[in-house]
This record gives sequence, structure tokens and C-alpha cells, in this order.
Amino acid sequence: MKISLFVPCFIDQYYPGAGIGMVRILEKLGHTVEYPESQTCCGQPAFNSGYWDEARSVAVTMLDAFRDAEVVVGCSGSCGARLKVFYPELFHGHAREAEAKALAAKTHELSSFLVNVLGVGDLGASFPAKATFHDGCHGLRELGIKQEPRELLKHVRGLELVEMKEAETCCGFGGTFAVKFPEISTAMGEVKCASILETGAELVISNDSSCLMQIQGLFDRQGNKIKSMHLAEVLAHF
Amino acid sequence: MPNDSREKILRRIREALSVKAPARHLPGAASSGHQPQDWLPPVPSSTDELVALFEKNSLDLKTEVRRCADAAAVASELDALAKENHWQSVGSHRFSLGNEAVSALGLPVVFTDQPYETDSLERCDAGISGCDCLVAQTGGILVTSASAGGRVLSVLPPHHVVIASAGQLVGDLADAFAVLRKHYGATPAFASFITGPSRTGDIERILVLGAHGPKKLTVLLVQA
Amino acid sequence: MSTESVQFHHDADRLTHDLRHRALIQKALGGYYVKRDEQKAKYTDWQQARVSAAAAKYEAVNHLDKYLVELSDKLEARGTKVFWAADGPEAADYIASVARNAGVKRIIKSKTMTGEEIHLPQALEKAGLEVVESDLGEFIVQLREEPPYHIVFPSMHLTRGEIDDTFQKKLGSAHADTPEELTMIARNVMRRKYCEADMGISGANFAVAETGHISITENEGNARLSTSLPKVLVSIVGIEKVVPKLDDLAVLLPMLATAGAGQNMTCYNTLLGGPRQPGETDGPREFHVVLLDNRRTALLADAEQRDALHCIRCGACLNVCPIFKNIGGHSYGTTYQGPIGSVITPHLRGLQSWKHLSFSSSLCGACAEACPVKIDLHHHLLQNRRNAIAEKPAWWEKPIFAGFAWFMRRPALYRLAAPLLRIGGPLLHVIRGQFFDPVRLWTATRDLPPAPPQSFKEYWRARHAKR
Repeated sequence: MKISLFVPCFIDQYYPGAGIGMVRILEKLGHTVEYPESQTCCGQPAFNSGYWDEARSVAVTMLDAFRDAEVVVGCSGSCGARLKVFYPELFHGHAREAEAKALAAKTHELSSFLVNVLGVGDLGASFPAKATFHDGCHGLRELGIKQEPRELLKHVRGLELVEMKEAETCCGFGGTFAVKFPEISTAMGEVKCASILETGAELVISNDSSCLMQIQGLFDRQGNKIKSMHLAEVLAHF
Repeated sequence: MPNDSREKILRRIREALSVKAPARHLPGAASSGHQPQDWLPPVPSSTDELVALFEKNSLDLKTEVRRCADAAAVASELDALAKENHWQSVGSHRFSLGNEAVSALGLPVVFTDQPYETDSLERCDAGISGCDCLVAQTGGILVTSASAGGRVLSVLPPHHVVIASAGQLVGDLADAFAVLRKHYGATPAFASFITGPSRTGDIERILVLGAHGPKKLTVLLVQA
Repeated sequence: MSTESVQFHHDADRLTHDLRHRALIQKALGGYYVKRDEQKAKYTDWQQARVSAAAAKYEAVNHLDKYLVELSDKLEARGTKVFWAADGPEAADYIASVARNAGVKRIIKSKTMTGEEIHLPQALEKAGLEVVESDLGEFIVQLREEPPYHIVFPSMHLTRGEIDDTFQKKLGSAHADTPEELTMIARNVMRRKYCEADMGISGANFAVAETGHISITENEGNARLSTSLPKVLVSIVGIEKVVPKLDDLAVLLPMLATAGAGQNMTCYNTLLGGPRQPGETDGPREFHVVLLDNRRTALLADAEQRDALHCIRCGACLNVCPIFKNIGGHSYGTTYQGPIGSVITPHLRGLQSWKHLSFSSSLCGACAEACPVKIDLHHHLLQNRRNAIAEKPAWWEKPIFAGFAWFMRRPALYRLAAPLLRIGGPLLHVIRGQFFDPVRLWTATRDLPPAPPQSFKEYWRARHAKR
């Protein structure tokens, strides 16, 4: 099938590996991928700060970019939730409400797409490491993603996956929250990092790069050698 | 009340409700044919299983349950409790399951189904009462003023003893509410579910029994 | 920033650095999580139970006028006096007048957050009455002259040592080592108070319209004693506490216990429908129910957020909120803490002054997931933010987001400028050193990721150039 890629601004600029991993995976499975270059940002920073008019004016570019897409797959739980859950609310009563709803219906987060739509589990990947998985909150609670990443990681040869206590507790990134309430954000991140350390894992994996930016940022500051990778990067190791 | 804000508040409410709220979580097809209480922990149907469930819950709650084969056994268990706990006076009321056993104790009794002194009841070592029913699902006891000698007897003395028959066991709270309606028609001014001895976790979340209400709760369960 | 907001930042910042507090709260809640999960697992279907509970509250709140009238009529039929109070002062004045008319000197009170909300104890003390908190946790914080830390566990933040200190200082009691000993000290003090008090004050968890009862849930028995020994009883009840039918409690009472404390059922669940009736030998001679609005009708009018009035005050959302766990209950600076407090306080006390509570969240959604009546808590936080900005955008923030939107609507510009920002941005400190410099706010405690050599867009272009 022809898959349109949704690569949010954050990943585009700071974590392109996640997007590249997504391309490799989908092409290995025999699909054609296309990437509408006119996409920029889903509008989350403005939306979460309460500036919905500004957010909507940015979101319109997403509606335009994916107007002709059959199916849209993205590699971020939080930005995916923006499109799937919040765009219909953002465009409620607006001229383009129907398009927003249509986009929401045809958008998928990568792990959910692989497991629930394509029915795929084993991608032939191998990545020897002891790792733990952090559930990004938006993917978990807005999109209902919990088993899918674990189902996919189960098949990665050499990967030992251990669950941390408080896998579902927020890492504290929260978008603009991280800089508007940096003390609270940092405290939450410290709790998450302590949970990760307790598992003895050398690698933390997530389906949300923003969470990894928080977690890795704290580990680096602490002088900790633990690495972090996006789910797509791990799965693309074949 | 002539000078309160009843009409003002009702007006505000009606104005507010002129706009409909999104009905996000109404029961759907999945729950048709089910009562809301069906979703709670399951409740068995046979008397034996109900008794077993009530006893298991009581164990968790630290409610002591003593089975009594008949009225004579009730009297001897009550007497044993009195001696074990060094009772010097008790509070009680007149109820068929308890009359004989209470008088056989030979202790001073403060009867709370007639005018009584609060201070006398406060000095009693135990309160002995009946109940409307026992609830297996929760390990609870339903009392009202009529069934348990008033509003205070079952909560002021440090040891509350309930004498009930196995036939008074019902499954869940909905069943208990049905008993309430059956016994009283219009529901009474006071009713309380007692589920275990009084407790608190307010200090370091550590469980302590006997915070203000009774520290000990005993059920004498009559089989016959 | 409002004064409330400044105070919030100050208190939250202090608490987030307090590692002793962090460990204490984690330990206090650890046991709760285990018991709660064990209890939830026993349900035939916890999720369906939530739907049923939500449906009962939806029915109540969306026909509130009908059910309040029914409740009031049924209560009055048994001789209860029902007083409808538009706001806190009206309620407090009425209660003070009840006390005056009955010659009351000593009041014993069981836990009521609604009473806290309207500063009832303070109002009555000003009127020359002695008010004693009978709930152990409330009693402790009253002695310490602190507000309650948590709507269900008022003294969660204190150790036994701190409580022992307080008892020794304020009660003159002997040193006590264990929670058991400390509880017994409070029990002994309280027993005299129950017997000597001439008025009891309670709140209510629910109010049943069908039968005309208020319903009080507690573990200690102090509410049972406060509501049956004194000759006068006043119960203060928020108008949103109504449920249509007695049978609704068959689901709501167990769920309150499970979500609130990981229990099967709370120790005492008491229905009160009237003063001492003919045939009763004890109980209050006078029973007054004060129905309180205090801006609940304003929240009711916000149809989008009306379900916040479904709240049964179980505290489950507080218990799972990572913000609450790190900043502690006192930092909120208001009666209702945690996610529910962050949602309703802007409605009850003013959007512009209290919007910071709705902003100080990562929107993780753990609260909505935990709520037994399925309130859309985290989405309401977003809605409060939108409403606050629509009413009064921040003068410095509005141009930033206007600029952000302008930039993001221009893909060609984005493609050109983004690499510059990515690589050079952190070095430039775009809004150098200002209080809203996002880079500085990040790097104070966290490293920034290294800038990758190539963005995804650049990779994609290169890929297609090759083909």
C-alpha cells in the first residue's frame, strides 16, 4: 500500500533516525512510502498553551499535506494523538471539520499500524541489549498503545526486555510544560530515571522522542551511560 | 426556608442546563441486560457459599465471626466473650436473638431502646445488638435504629457484638437496600453499613484499629 | 502572574527539591497502589462499573433541579430543615445562627471538604464557638494549624515523630512511638468531646433524592459519633452530591472505597434522613442540611466541563498524579488539590487567578484513567487553558505563538531556517537570558541532545536526488 509519512518537526530536526527507521521498516514490508514535504508542525506547542487559533492555523498545513493520503503513519505518540484525537476538537464547528475527522481516522502511530493494521510481529530485527520500554503518555492513554511495542520488541533477536516499575508514569516532558514548570518537570524526570536505573537496563526505548529527550537529557547531566533509542530505530536493525 | 436562596439556585441550575452536556459515557450495547451491580465482585447464590464469603471478608477485615448452632450456643459464646474481655457492663436492646443471652450474662445492662444516659453507655465495655442483614460481598452489617438499639449503641462501646442468623445473609448492597425497603417501607432516618471494626490509616498509612468506633467487632452467627 | 501563581511556583519549586518529602509520599502511596489493584481485579468488570457510575452521576447532574427538589422534599418530610445557600458566607451565617438559637458552645466536626472550602471552622470560631476536628488526620493538622494535605488523607505528609511532637506540645500527652499509641491518644481526647459537644457538623459524600438521605462514608466512626450524639446536627452538602436512586449507592459506595483507598468497602457508610424520629431513643433533635452552591452552578453552566461535577471526592486522581506526588498537597494553596482541584478551582475561585493550576500539568492523563466516574480531567485542563488565553492572552506569549504559527505555515521557510535554529539556536539563546528563555530553562537541569548532521527532510531530499 502507499503510506504517507508523518514526521513531526521535533523528529525531523532532532531525531531523524526515528523517521528513517520508519522508512526502512515500511519499505522492507513491501510498501511504498511517500513524504509530503509541506508538513511542518502539528501545532502542539500552541495548542497546549491555549492558543487554539494559532494552533489551528498551523494544523491547516497538516490537513493540506495529507489531503490525498490513503493512510498516514507517524512515529510519535504525542503528535499522533494531536492528529487522531485533538484535531477533530480543534476543528469543531470549523469549515474543515470533516477533513480533520477524515485525517484522524486514517492516521496511525507506527507500532499500532504494524501490529493492528498490518498484523506484523517479527521484522527480522536483531539488537542484543538489555532494555526497558517507557510508555509515552499520549500514546498510552490517548491512543491506547501498550502491547504493540512489546509485541514487536519481543521478536528482536538478542533483546532482553525488562519492565520498569512505573513504566506508565509520566517522564515530565509534557511539551511546553518542560520549560514553563522546569522544577516539576525535572523532579518527574528524576523519578522516571531512577525507575529505569533500577531495572539494570543499558538502553531505554520509547515510541516518543520527546520523552527520550527528557530522559537522556537527565541521564547525560547525571553522567549516566544509559542510552536511549526510538522504537523505530531498534526495529530497523535488520 | 423563607429567606434562603432556593429559588435563586434553582433558577441558575435551570439556566445552566438549557445547554446540553456531551453524553460521553452512557452505558452502551455491551451492558444491556445487566444491572450496574453486576460489574462488582461476583456474589455466589447458595447460603453456604454466602456464609463462606462473609467469613472470608470478615477475616480480612478483622471482624471475628463465631458460628453458633442454636440459642444455647449463642448464650454460651456471649458469656465466653464477656469473660475473655472482662466485661463489667454492657449496652443492649431487646431483640429476639439476643434477649436470653444478654440477660444470662448477669451483668448490668444499659438498654438503649428506652431513654438512657449517654455517660452510662460510654462506660459500657460492649454493645450487643441485632441487625437488619449481613452483606456477603463486603463482609458488612446493616443496622438501623430499630434493628440495633438506636444510633449510638453500635458505635460508642469499644466492642460491638452482633447476633444474627445465617438467614439474614444477603449477597450485595442492592440486596441490602431491598431488605431496608421490605422492613420499613419508607426508608428510616438512620441506617448504617458497618464493615469491620473502626480503623484509620491517617498516620503513615499504617492500619490502626479502634480509631473512634469499636476496636473489636464480633458476629455471633446462628445457624438455626 | 497572579499572587496565587507566584506563591504556587515558590511552593512547588521548594517541594520538588525536597527528596525526603518525595520519598515519604512515594512510600505512603505504594501500599495504596497494591491494594487498589488487588481490589479492582476482583471486580467482574471494573471498566463497565465506571460506565455505570458515570451514568448515575450524569443523570443526577443533568437533572439537578429535579433531584434537589425531590431530595429536599423527602428530607423535610422527616423534620429536617433544608437551607439553600448561594455562597459560603450565607452558609456560614446560617450555621452560626443555628448554633446561636440552640445555645451551642461546643461543636464537634467530622471531615468535610465543603466545610473547608467555605472556611466554616474559622467562621464559627470567630463567632465564639469551639470547633474540634474529630477525624484523626484533620485533628492533627488542626493542632498544627496547617490546611489538609490531601482531600482524603489530610496528614499523609507527616511522620509519626512529627505527630508525636505535635501531640506533646498541644495536648501535653506523653511521648508515643507508634501509630497505634498516637491514635489511642486522639481517641481518648475525642471521646469526651463527643459526649460534651452540643452540635455536630458533617459533610456528605452523596445525597439520595429518591429516599431523602445524605450518605457519609468514613473508616474511623467519628462521623457516626458526631452525627448521633450532639443534640443539633448540621450537614453541609455541595449541590452536586445528589444521586437519583438509593440503588446507585450499591455501585458508588464500593467504587469510592476501591478508588479512594484500595478497600472493598469503607468501614462506615451511613444514611441520614432526619432528626430523632418518634420511636427513636437517640440521635439529634435538630437536623439541618445546608445545600451549597458557591459557584457550582457556574461550573454546571460550562456544558463542556459539566462532568467535573460528577466527582465523588475519592482522591484517586491525586494518588496517581505525578505533579501532586512531587509538589505535595499544600502547594496548590486551595481546598481541592490534584487534578480535580486543578480543573474546578479556576471555575470556583476565578479563571485568571487560578489558571496556573491548569497549566502546571504534563497532561499525562493518568487522572482520567483512574477516575471511577470517568471525568475527562486532563482534557478539561486543556479547555481551561484555552478559555484563559481566549479571555486574556499573555502579552509576551501571544506574539511568540503568532510568530511560531506564521513560521510553521511556510514550509519553504521552515526548510531553510530550521537547520540554522537547530544547530545555532542553543548557542544563540534566542531570547537571551530572559525569564522565558526556553533553552536556559531546559539546560539548568538537563543536557540538550546533540544536533544531528541531517534533518529528516534533508535525508528525504538526498534520497530522492540519488534516485
